[in-house]
Amino acid sequence: MLDIFTKLANLITYELLGLTKDTRLAEAIHFFIEDITKIFALLTVVIFMIGFCRSMLTPERVRTIVSNKPRFISYPMAVGLGAVTPFCSCSSVPLFIGFLEAGIPLGVTTAFLIASPMINEVAIIVLATTIGWKLAFLYVAAGLFVGIIGGLLIEYLKLEKWVEEYVWKIRMGKGPLQKASQSISARLTFAKEQVREIVGRIWKYVIAGVALGALLHGFVPQDFFATYATKSNPFAVPIAVLSGIPLYSNATGVIPVVEALMGKGVPIGTLLALMMSVAAISLPEMIILRKVLKPQMIATFTAILFISFVGVGYLFNALI
Amino acid sequence: MKVIKVLGSGCKKCNQTAEMIEQKAQDLGVDITIEKVTDMQDILSYGVMSTPGVVVDEHVVHTGGLPTMASIGDWLA
Repeated sequence: MLDIFTKLANLITYELLGLTKDTRLAEAIHFFIEDITKIFALLTVVIFMIGFCRSMLTPERVRTIVSNKPRFISYPMAVGLGAVTPFCSCSSVPLFIGFLEAGIPLGVTTAFLIASPMINEVAIIVLATTIGWKLAFLYVAAGLFVGIIGGLLIEYLKLEKWVEEYVWKIRMGKGPLQKASQSISARLTFAKEQVREIVGRIWKYVIAGVALGALLHGFVPQDFFATYATKSNPFAVPIAVLSGIPLYSNATGVIPVVEALMGKGVPIGTLLALMMSVAAISLPEMIILRKVLKPQMIATFTAILFISFVGVGYLFNALI
Repeated sequence: MKVIKVLGSGCKKCNQTAEMIEQKAQDLGVDITIEKVTDMQDILSYGVMSTPGVVVDEHVVHTGGLPTMASIGDWLA
């Protein structure tokens, strides 16, 4: 079914533009057209379908679900719900305060905040259809794992003292939870809105990601990464994680880059580490979180993520 | 007159939401006062964690993202 995008790219690159096969430019343009059409088509369809099914899983609802659960339930729940709950990064401060106020432990709250940008259904489906189900599965498993480990570490280190004092003093009102709209037409409208809202938010990242992927695919010599980013080079994984920080993007936007790098022979673990770092360690997010967290906590949080991602990279490089 | 509050820490979407509501009120000829609530304690006192949120006459009608023009119309009706 997805051949149609390859055929479309063939048609435009070789017939319409008349480019010669196997030239660098043709390869890059082919990659760009195929991925951009495929990803936007997938985004629209997948966000619509998921929006329709989910209709209203808001952070407010997650808070009610996760609070007052024993830890062995609340941690897996927090990362799982974090993976499927969308929220705009400007909501991470009220969300953080709201969770703590409901008595949800700092570690569980952090686990939710780690998993949320890293894993989402849309990224999983785009990843699976572009690169394959195996990598998609590994990415999700590793992401859930890192979320839980990160949260548990924050809890073990007892970092509550590094949360700004005012956070603990805020009392939340018991506003009535919005009722999920159940009529089919309301759910269709919601799904349509989700497409508009999410695509409107991430299209820049997707185009930038595909463009970067196309350049890598077309113009970087086949053996460039294969020489440096090998499994035996111990620096490759940390460098991948470091380079992910300024490359901050949406989880979906980084997929074409990973696709291109995979074609150049970069090992899976290194790619997983890069993908996680691009989606989860973001400077803007840390600046927003600075409103509720002291600098020591931000530093520790970033360090934990960095180490976890490097660990994931080494682990998968060793296993696969 | 309806009192409408837009809850949000001042991100782009919160301002957009306020503008959309003002626009719609003008189109419908409805008299409203709009207030931007940026204080975290005040936002959370409505039980809202995902911003922008919209409060009409002290009832939370919307949270998390831009509202649609159609739903704004319903609130103002």
